[in-house]
Amino acid sequence: MADFKDMYEQWKSDKYEPTKSSFGERREEFTTDSGIPVKPLYTPGEIEDIDYLDDINFPGQFPFTRGVYPTMYRSRVWTMRQYAGFGTARETNERFRYLLEQGQTGLSTAFDLPTQIGYDSSQNLARGEVGRVGVAIDTLADMEVLFDEIPLDEVSTSMTINAPAAVLLAMYIAVGEKQGVDRADLTGTTQNDILKEYIARGTYIFPPEPSLRLITDIFEFCAEEMPRWNTISISGYHIREAGSDAVQEVAFTLANGIEYVEAALDAGLEVDEFAPRLSFFFNAQMNFLEEIAKFRAARRLWAEIMKERFGAQKDKSCMLRFHTQTAGAALTAQQPQNNIVRVAIQALAAALGGTQSLHTNSYDEALSLPTEESVRIALRTQQIIAEETGVADTADPLGGSYAIEAMTDKIVSEARDYLDEIDKLGGMVEAINAGYVQREIQDTAYEMQKEIEEGDRVVVGVNKYREEEEEKVEEILTVDEELENNQTARLEKVKEERDQASVDSHLQEIRSAAQSGDNLMPYLVDAVKDYVSIGEICSVLRDEFGEYEARHF
Amino acid sequence: MQVSIDEIRSGHKPAIARAITLVENERRQIWPLLKELFATSELASLVGVTGPPGCGKSTLVEKLVAGWLEEGERIGVIAIDPSSEFSGGALLGDRIRMDGISSEPEVFIRSMATRGYLGGLNPAIFDTVLILSAAGYDRIVIETVGVGQNEIDIVNLADTTLVVTMPEVGDEIQAFKAGLMEAGDIFVLNKADHPRVNRMELVLQQMLELNSSGEEQEFPRLLKTIATRGEGVDEVLEAVGDHRLKLEKSGDIARHRKQVMRRHILHLLEEKVREQLIDPLLQSEDFKQILDQVVKRKADPYSTAEDLLARLKSADQQREEVNLSHEN
Amino acid sequence: MAEKNIKVLIAKPGLDGHDRGAKVIARGLKEAGMEVVYTGLRQAPEDIVNAAVQEDVDVIGLSILSGAHRQLFPVIMEKLEEAGREDVLVLAGGTIPDKDHDELHDLGIKAIFQPGTPIEEIVDFIESELGAA
Repeated sequence: MADFKDMYEQWKSDKYEPTKSSFGERREEFTTDSGIPVKPLYTPGEIEDIDYLDDINFPGQFPFTRGVYPTMYRSRVWTMRQYAGFGTARETNERFRYLLEQGQTGLSTAFDLPTQIGYDSSQNLARGEVGRVGVAIDTLADMEVLFDEIPLDEVSTSMTINAPAAVLLAMYIAVGEKQGVDRADLTGTTQNDILKEYIARGTYIFPPEPSLRLITDIFEFCAEEMPRWNTISISGYHIREAGSDAVQEVAFTLANGIEYVEAALDAGLEVDEFAPRLSFFFNAQMNFLEEIAKFRAARRLWAEIMKERFGAQKDKSCMLRFHTQTAGAALTAQQPQNNIVRVAIQALAAALGGTQSLHTNSYDEALSLPTEESVRIALRTQQIIAEETGVADTADPLGGSYAIEAMTDKIVSEARDYLDEIDKLGGMVEAINAGYVQREIQDTAYEMQKEIEEGDRVVVGVNKYREEEEEKVEEILTVDEELENNQTARLEKVKEERDQASVDSHLQEIRSAAQSGDNLMPYLVDAVKDYVSIGEICSVLRDEFGEYEARHF
Repeated sequence: MQVSIDEIRSGHKPAIARAITLVENERRQIWPLLKELFATSELASLVGVTGPPGCGKSTLVEKLVAGWLEEGERIGVIAIDPSSEFSGGALLGDRIRMDGISSEPEVFIRSMATRGYLGGLNPAIFDTVLILSAAGYDRIVIETVGVGQNEIDIVNLADTTLVVTMPEVGDEIQAFKAGLMEAGDIFVLNKADHPRVNRMELVLQQMLELNSSGEEQEFPRLLKTIATRGEGVDEVLEAVGDHRLKLEKSGDIARHRKQVMRRHILHLLEEKVREQLIDPLLQSEDFKQILDQVVKRKADPYSTAEDLLARLKSADQQREEVNLSHEN
Repeated sequence: MAEKNIKVLIAKPGLDGHDRGAKVIARGLKEAGMEVVYTGLRQAPEDIVNAAVQEDVDVIGLSILSGAHRQLFPVIMEKLEEAGREDVLVLAGGTIPDKDHDELHDLGIKAIFQPGTPIEEIVDFIESELGAA
C-alpha cells in the first residue's frame, strides 16, 4: 500500500512549494470558519487512520455518518419547511396555505415575542411586539384560525416555541381533536430547547430546573400518547447565529442534548423510550466544505455519545435527525439579491449533509420579514436543488472525498474537546451559569467582526465589491398598525364568551400540578380547550417556578 | 454645565448624575460645590464589596439592596470596573447584573471606570460618596473587582467591607491577597450549593483564625450564601448591621472616618500639587532640556529632583515677596 | 488627570433576544476608548432612560431586531425629554427598514446603522458628533 503521507510530503516539496514561491498564495493561512487549517490538497493519506466501518459505515447504520436512512433522498427528498408567521392567525394561515400550494411539504410556525415569552397580546410588556416576529397566539381560538383548512393528519407542523412549548402543544392537540384527528396521529415538532435560549436566543421564562421539568413532562407525555411527535429540536442554529463557529455549534448543541437526556433519565424515563423522538436543528453557513463535514460529524458524535455514554440499545435512539436553516447572519442588507446566491449554496451544503428538513431564508431578511415573492424564490431554491441537480439521487455523495472525511474527523475530535471541558465544569447548566458558553461565543463573534473590519474575511458587497449607490428593495413586508388593538379586542371577546368558573378551576389545577410535580400536559390540554390564555397559564407558572435571572458576561 | 446644590439635595437624579460626571471629568469646576456640600452633609454609611471576579458580587449586592429598601432606606451604588490599559475604555458590567433594583426610585446606581488610578483610589469616588450622601442616600455600596490595588483602597474607605468569594475560585490560598484577609470584616462564601463548599469553608476559617488575635471575636465573620436564590442574605444584612453597631460602640467609626478624611485630604493635595506645580513644570521647555541632560548623563535624576524642588520653593518665595511688596 | 471618556449606554428595548450585535458593538466601543454600559435584554423605555440619566451618558445606542421600533422608540424619546436629557446623542441599529428612517430621525434619532456597518464608522460618527457639540 503506497505511503500517501510520504508521497504528499514529496509532492509538497517538489511541486507545491516551488509553485507557491513563484505565484504566491492569496492568503498567509487558509482556515475554515472554526480555525481548522485547510490544506492545499487532501489525499488518501488524510484518512488512513479513519476506520470506514467504525467511523463512517453505511447510511442507516451506526454511527450514521453517511446518513440516517439507507435510501436517504431516493425515497423522499428532505421536507421543505419554510418558517412562517406574522400578524394575526388569519394572515399566517393564508401564508401557510400559499406555501403548501407552492409545493412546501411541511409547516413551520413562527410565533411573536409575547407568545414566546408567555404574555398575552393585551399585556403591557407586549406593547409594540404583537404579531411582529411571528403570529400572535393568545388562546385556542387563534390556534383554530391558524390551522383553518389545514388537515393535521396530512401536514406535519414544526413549532418554534420553547419556554411555553407545553401550552402550544396542548393547543395543537386540541385543534387536532376538533378536526377529528387523534393525537397519536399528529406529526411535527416542538422546538422546546430552553438551554439554547439561555445561551443565545433570549426567549426564556423560568429558571433551568423547572424548565427541564416541563421539557421532560413533554418527553413522557409524548412517549405514551404521541409516538410520531418530535418532542424537542435541540438547536445549534441560534448558537451559530450568536457568533459561534462550526465546531462550537456542534459541541454546544450536543452538550445541551446530553443535558436533556440526563434530565429525562433523572425523571425516570428509559433512554430508548424517549431518545428516538429527539431531533436537532443546525445552521447552514457559507464555508461549504466545513458545513457538509459538520453535519456528518454531528451524526457520528451523537451516535457515539448515545451508545457509549447512555447505553442506548435501539438504532433509532442513536440517529441524529435534523432540520436545517440557512444562515441569517450570512445575509447582507447591502445588495440583497446576492443573498439568493448565498442561500442556494448554503441549502446545497445542507442537502449534501443529509438534512431531514430545510428552511431557506428569503433574500430580504436582513431588512424585514419576507414578502410572498421572496419566500417563493427561497422555496424554489430548494426545489431546483432537489429536482435539477441530481444530488438527491445518491446518499452522501461527498462521502469518500479526502477533504470531507478529514474535516469530518477533525470536527468530531475538536467537538469532543469542548464536551470534555463542559463535563469538567459539571455539565451544560453549570457551564451556562458560569458564563463559559456565552463567553466562548462572544469571543468568536468579536474575532469575526474584527476579521471583517480588517478585510481578512470578505463579505461581498460589504467590505469588497461595494456599490456606491445601493439598490433599494422596493417592497418589504410590514405588519399592520391596528394589529395590536384588533388582537387585544379579539382576546377580550374570547374572555367574555368563555366560562370563567372553569378557567379559574383549570388554573388552580395547573398550580397544584406545578407544585406536586405531576405531569402538566393533561391539565394544559384541558385548560386550553376551555380557552384559558397563554398569559394566564404562564402567569401561574411564573408564580410557582420563578423567572430566570439573566446573568451577563 | 451648571449643577444646582438644591437639586442635588432634593434628590433630583439628573442633577446628581451631572455632578458625578463633573467629579470624574471637570474637577476644578466642581470644588466649590463639593466644599458647600461637605459643610452641610453627613456621610452615608459605607459598605464596600470586593472579591475575585465571577463570585456573584453584583448578584449579592442586588439582594442586599432589596433588603435595605424593604427597611425604608435609600441606597446608592457605585460599581467600579477596570479601564483597559490598552484603549482606556471600559465595559461597565455591574449594572446589568442588578437589573432587579436598577429602576427602583430609591436607588441610584452609577458605574465607574478605574481610569488608571494605580496605587491610589480615584478621588472621584469619595466625592461621589459625598454627593450621594448630600442627596439623601442613607447607605452607599461600593463594589469593585478584586484584582488589583483597588480592593485594598475600597477597604480603607468603607465602614464595613464584605469580601465575596466562592468554592474553587482557584488556588484557595492565592485567592486572598495579603491585606484583604486582615481588612475584610465579613467574608461571604457565595455559591454555597457547590459540592466543595465545606472544604472551602474550612480553609477560610483557618485563614481567618490565623489572622485573629485568639480572643473571642465577633468579626471577622464568615457566612455562606446562595445569592441567586437569596439564601443567606438575611444573615449578611444582620452582620452588616451588627458591624455598624460595633463600630459605633467602640468609637472605631470615628477613628475610621478620621483616617478616611486624612487620606482624602492627602489625595486632594496631591491632585492640586500635580495640577498647579508639577504638571506645568513637566510641560515646560526647560524641563525637556533638563531631561535631555539626564539622558546624556550630564546630570543625574536625584540632583535634578532636588533642583526642581528648590526652584519651586524659591518661586513661591518670590511670589510671596511680590505680594508683600504689593501690599505695602 | 482623567481625560473625559465618552460614556455610552447600549440598550435592548422590548422583548427581542438577539444580542450579538449589541455585545460586539459594546466591546468595539470599549476598544475605541469609550466607557460602555450594556443594559441587557428586555428593557422597558423607563429602564433605559433611568439608566441613561444615572450614568449620565453621552450616547444611547438602541439595538432592536423585532420590528417594534416604531412603537418603542417614541416612548423612549419622550421619556428622555421628560427627564431633561434630550441632549443625549441617540443612535439605533438592527432590522430597521429604510422607509422608517425619516420617521425615526424626526423623533430625534441621529443615525441608524444598518447591519454590517463597521465599528470604526460608528466610532467616527460618535466622535465627530460629540466633538462638534
